[in-house]
Amino acid sequence: MERDDLIEYSLHNHHDEATGKSIRKKIVQVTVLLTIITTVEVFLGALIKQSSDAWAYVKWSFIIMTLVKAAYIVMVFMHLGDEKKALRNVILIPYAIFIAYLIFIGLWEATEVSSALRSFGF
Amino acid sequence: MAGHTTQLDAKTLWGGKESPFQTSYGKLMMWFFLVSDALTFSGLLIAYGFTRHDAQDAWPIGEETFNSMPFLGHGYPLLYVALMTFILIVSSVTMVLAVEAGHRMDRKGVTNWMIATIIGGFFFVGSQAWEWSHFIHGSEFGKIELADGSQAIVKGHFGEIKNFTVIEAGKHHKVGEVMKEDLMHEFQHAAEKGHLEGGNIHFADGTVAKINKAKDHEMKLIIKKSGSKHEIGSTPITGAAAEKMYYEALYSGEANRVVYGANMKQNEYGPQQYAQFFFFITGFHGFHVFSGVMINIIILIGVLGGTYHKRGHYEMVEKTGLYWHFVDLVWVFVFTFFYLI
Repeated sequence: MERDDLIEYSLHNHHDEATGKSIRKKIVQVTVLLTIITTVEVFLGALIKQSSDAWAYVKWSFIIMTLVKAAYIVMVFMHLGDEKKALRNVILIPYAIFIAYLIFIGLWEATEVSSALRSFGF
Repeated sequence: MAGHTTQLDAKTLWGGKESPFQTSYGKLMMWFFLVSDALTFSGLLIAYGFTRHDAQDAWPIGEETFNSMPFLGHGYPLLYVALMTFILIVSSVTMVLAVEAGHRMDRKGVTNWMIATIIGGFFFVGSQAWEWSHFIHGSEFGKIELADGSQAIVKGHFGEIKNFTVIEAGKHHKVGEVMKEDLMHEFQHAAEKGHLEGGNIHFADGTVAKINKAKDHEMKLIIKKSGSKHEIGSTPITGAAAEKMYYEALYSGEANRVVYGANMKQNEYGPQQYAQFFFFITGFHGFHVFSGVMINIIILIGVLGGTYHKRGHYEMVEKTGLYWHFVDLVWVFVFTFFYLI
């Protein structure tokens, strides 16, 4: 049923061939970037042992590279970067706050539990 | 997105006509679903992080556990998961290309890219099945309990078992008979039960046979549970010393000295929770991928039938696309936190 009092946003997403071309170019660039990052991750993972001194840096570089990959997937592939700022914030901010809190609690508690277990000889 | 220039002011916004997000109901709901699903996966990965942080050095290391390739054997750390990651990224790319073709009302483009996406999805699910099978069956060496009560995982090249030569007759076999079938399976089964003694294998029917086996190469024992002599985190034991300790335990004739592969009770890689997290996290993700492939097929049928073309837009492709990219997004995190770190 057609209603003229509602805006059909689905119809606003069309674009022409020229715009499509530039979008496709961006998709290819992001693909290359994601592939390069994954390759670098695998090489670092295979070459640097967890027992080595450099491991702490490697670990953090993994986390940063993962966040970069995630950002590109969400912003470009999922088009969140093209949505309204309000929508972007509604999705990202509550999620980020919850997760930052949960990560903090999880790792902090793990350290405490670990030391408690060890002090009781487990 | 592009093309929409309606002015946002108080009158249009709150008059009920204009959405503050300027996006359709379906897409918004898909986003909300994805946020809640993302919270679920984050919860799982943080629970994994908790357990791993707690277990510290006893936890298995990704490159030690996942170092096999189909048809090529082992010695390829992380390559297979990297390949799986690449497959999923590529299928995400083909999906975004299908969405882009939809925005140009290019029905043929949407069809082709959707088919490519579905093929990529099947490849990924298949790879995961291989990985699970490999994880469950485990390595040729297994995890061994050494004489001092410590446990070690074993790396290296397992020398092939050539045959079993019967030295003591049983119900079904005569002395001098040479067995050549199902050797590895019999060997591992006997090892778990403690039916290997001093280089001989004892069968249930009373037969005793001599194990004819090629020499192992580059054996390395990595301690994963401390005993009275060896501690977690100590230098791996290599060479002749490693072989002596390994076969002393394997040929001790005691049951439960060796664990092969993984099940819900024990695994050869590390603490029990490790296998459970592996099954749950990759399984839950694999289930998402499988659902995604099914949804993609349903949408492809819609595309082929011209449903969306008649509707005047391909937003359904865009919505399933969001779900499919989300599956890729989750894998990026699983790859880092389960396999790399």
